[in-house]
Amino acid sequence: MTDGLYKDGIVSGRLAPGQYAENFADLHPPLDAHEALVEADRCYFCYDAPCMQACPTSIDIPLFIREIATGNPLGAAKTIFDQNILGGMCARVCPTETLCEEVCVREVAEGKPVKIGQLQRYATDVAMKQNRQFYERAAPTGMKVAVVGAGPAGLAAAHRLATYGHDVVVFEARPKAGGLNEYGIAAYKSTDDFAQAEVDYVTGIGSIRIEHGRALGRDIHLADLTAAYDAVFLGLGLAGVNALRAEGEDAAGVDNAVEFISELRQASDLGALPVGRRVVVIGGGMTAIDVAVQSKLLGAEEVTICYRRGKEHMNASAFEQELAAAKGVAIRHWLQPKRVVSEGGKVTGIELEYTALRDGRLAGTGETMLLAADQVFKAIGQSFDAGALNGSGPALRLDGGRIAVDGEGRTSMTRVWAGGDCTNDDREDLTVSSVAAGRDAAESIHRVLTSNGRA
Amino acid sequence: MADIRNNFVGIKSPNPFWLASAPPTDKAYNVERAFKAGWGGVVWKTLGEEGPPVVNVNGPRYGAIWGADRRLLGLNNIELITDRPLQVNLQEMKQVKMNWPDRALIASIMVPCNEESWKAILPLVEETGADGIELNFGCPHGMSERGMGSAVGQVPEYIEMVVRWCKQYTRMPVITKLTPNITDIRRPARAAHAGGTDAVSLINTINSITSVDLDSFSPEPSIGGKGSHGGYCGPAVKPIALNMVAEIARDPETHGLPISGIGGITTWRDAAEFMALGAGNVQVCTAAMTYGFKIVQEMIAGLKNWMDEKGHATLDDVIGRATPNVTDWKFLNLNYVAKARINQDLCIKCGRCHIACEDTSHQAITSMVDGVRHFEVMEDECVGCNLCVNVCPVQGCITMEPLAAGVIDQRTGQPVSPVYANWTTHPNNPMAPKVAAE
Repeated sequence: MTDGLYKDGIVSGRLAPGQYAENFADLHPPLDAHEALVEADRCYFCYDAPCMQACPTSIDIPLFIREIATGNPLGAAKTIFDQNILGGMCARVCPTETLCEEVCVREVAEGKPVKIGQLQRYATDVAMKQNRQFYERAAPTGMKVAVVGAGPAGLAAAHRLATYGHDVVVFEARPKAGGLNEYGIAAYKSTDDFAQAEVDYVTGIGSIRIEHGRALGRDIHLADLTAAYDAVFLGLGLAGVNALRAEGEDAAGVDNAVEFISELRQASDLGALPVGRRVVVIGGGMTAIDVAVQSKLLGAEEVTICYRRGKEHMNASAFEQELAAAKGVAIRHWLQPKRVVSEGGKVTGIELEYTALRDGRLAGTGETMLLAADQVFKAIGQSFDAGALNGSGPALRLDGGRIAVDGEGRTSMTRVWAGGDCTNDDREDLTVSSVAAGRDAAESIHRVLTSNGRA
Repeated sequence: MADIRNNFVGIKSPNPFWLASAPPTDKAYNVERAFKAGWGGVVWKTLGEEGPPVVNVNGPRYGAIWGADRRLLGLNNIELITDRPLQVNLQEMKQVKMNWPDRALIASIMVPCNEESWKAILPLVEETGADGIELNFGCPHGMSERGMGSAVGQVPEYIEMVVRWCKQYTRMPVITKLTPNITDIRRPARAAHAGGTDAVSLINTINSITSVDLDSFSPEPSIGGKGSHGGYCGPAVKPIALNMVAEIARDPETHGLPISGIGGITTWRDAAEFMALGAGNVQVCTAAMTYGFKIVQEMIAGLKNWMDEKGHATLDDVIGRATPNVTDWKFLNLNYVAKARINQDLCIKCGRCHIACEDTSHQAITSMVDGVRHFEVMEDECVGCNLCVNVCPVQGCITMEPLAAGVIDQRTGQPVSPVYANWTTHPNNPMAPKVAAE
């Protein structure tokens, strides 16, 4: 035990130095070869498999599992990458319990789905460790495509475009590529700098150039891109963070969960990362879980998630909720933030109001309670920052505050496509959905670029 | 409680579970352990003639195939008969038999195919107090290249001749062990019977290569890059063995000849099946080599519980009960009509029944009904082939339901006939007796 554990306020070094590595180790250690064979043997090789239907990228799951079972992990990896070039990260971060594994017939039959995510990781790890590239560029088309944002959508689009022989330039505002794979997501889901290894693997096909420190609306402008490139793909993600709309939320110690996670992901020494002794997280999604669990792992004594609706309404999956509970995070429901309590400009607590459904609408009951806190995280969703588009070209049509796209990612502007969290598409805001959107937009771009007789 | 004491050609044992002649019965140490574990009898690993003992390879003797989770399904071996001196084996057998008078101890023997060799060894074996002998006419590897084992077992005349010698030179019961590496198991069985054997035991192991190493291109098991066919055994061979047991049990020429059933017996249920088809007791090897001797406890308890549940008081109430139900295809009732039925409450919607039927059979199972994933048998297409039952991963989910007489078979549009009718009288059979034209 270290003295740091019970220190009030937001401080670093709460744990003994050796403890951090243990706390942030791989959440699901990889399957070894025998475990993978045993698990693969459990797959029934279903006809028209439900798992495949549930996968946003439509990976042929029964086929890749059969390939693992027959001692052909490289074949399995190619089956995965054919549909999802970021299959390695998706294997780690997909909420499989609400996607493929939820509909696995063995989940239906016995409550024990085939560990599809773990098997996908096994196969992709084998291929990536060998740096086995399965795709070759087609003959250069001479076409140039600008991709804005090197997150999952942008990388998936870039890779698919590169396979068709187009030259791709990716503009990325941050110093590293990967988007939320690099700057979001709990550290214990993406260990050993996997996000960067994956970027290297994806760009290994060649003809993808990533320019860092180039933000849309600041360093580059949409009008210039559309003029200089044959097509533009926008994978901007969500830059805005929703406010608590609680009195006093400007106090020091009221922090943005997304930023905190980003700092944590980039920290070279987790012991130097400050965290509160009593942490309250406002929100009910994956970000809320990620920030709560990681605060706990950094040594926070008490971590409480407060969500304004019930357990069944949380966006975080049941698995994620159980993970949080197992790590010692308390999850409280039917509470909404009312007032941040502070002393000398620093948070000391948060007053929350109980909520209830009245005639189907959420309403405060008027009754309140107070939680002591020296750090409050906002994790109540992110929003698209349309500022990056303003003045940089003819206005893109937005819908619900995000870029409006059709089924294949086309925006209201010709030769401009978009995909991922920044769009209004029907897909969930997940890494795997963004990969699907980027891939599909790339197919659409390729069709357009090659249908005018120019390639 | 069911009485499972066994009397096999006069050889008594407390239960019908014997260990087959094989590595587990090669020496007193193992056999003592087996008897302590509860085995009813052992067939001592095959003795050869006096003189320099045989030698074995010094590399791998076993190859295998596996199912899920490396469950051993089939084992093959290229080990030869005992490689210990005859006198050592005989002394140990004598001591073990003295220590365990209530257990069966059988000597397996393989000597060259001449009268002197058999005449010489039989008194030595008899002197140990062994309860009987088993003639090893089965081993398909190594010894067969020297004119013994399956080289004898594949020639009915030799079988008859050797059995006759044995019956002449010993008072011990003679069990003739048959090789399955023949085309018709009834021929060697009839020969043994003609020679006067007291019983047959089968099956010995099947010629096999378990796999090929795709790096070295050597068959497995590999002895420095080369392999030889070995004897295959274990759960994978059980269906072959069951059929051969049944063939002998129902052959008019050998009907009633005691049979010791061998071949992939792993559980009490396997043992019960062999006995139901006519085996008077069973011999086990691979299961013991996979899990150790303790499995006999499960076999004893399982057999007794099943017999109690079904009201079978003794083994005689079980032995041969299924034999009359084994018949030739031509006698099967062609008016029996069954249709597959999928229990929708048990169905987990994996779709394997559909794709098996759709791709490879009769296109008789739906995959989608009213836009919903749904698997159901179309009775007007179902021929009742049972493939869907066999590929379904959920036990009891798909069943074959016989149609009652008078019900219309949706596939043929004809009512199910209550009359038994088989191929021998079927109008499509050119050999069937013709009804005289009026």
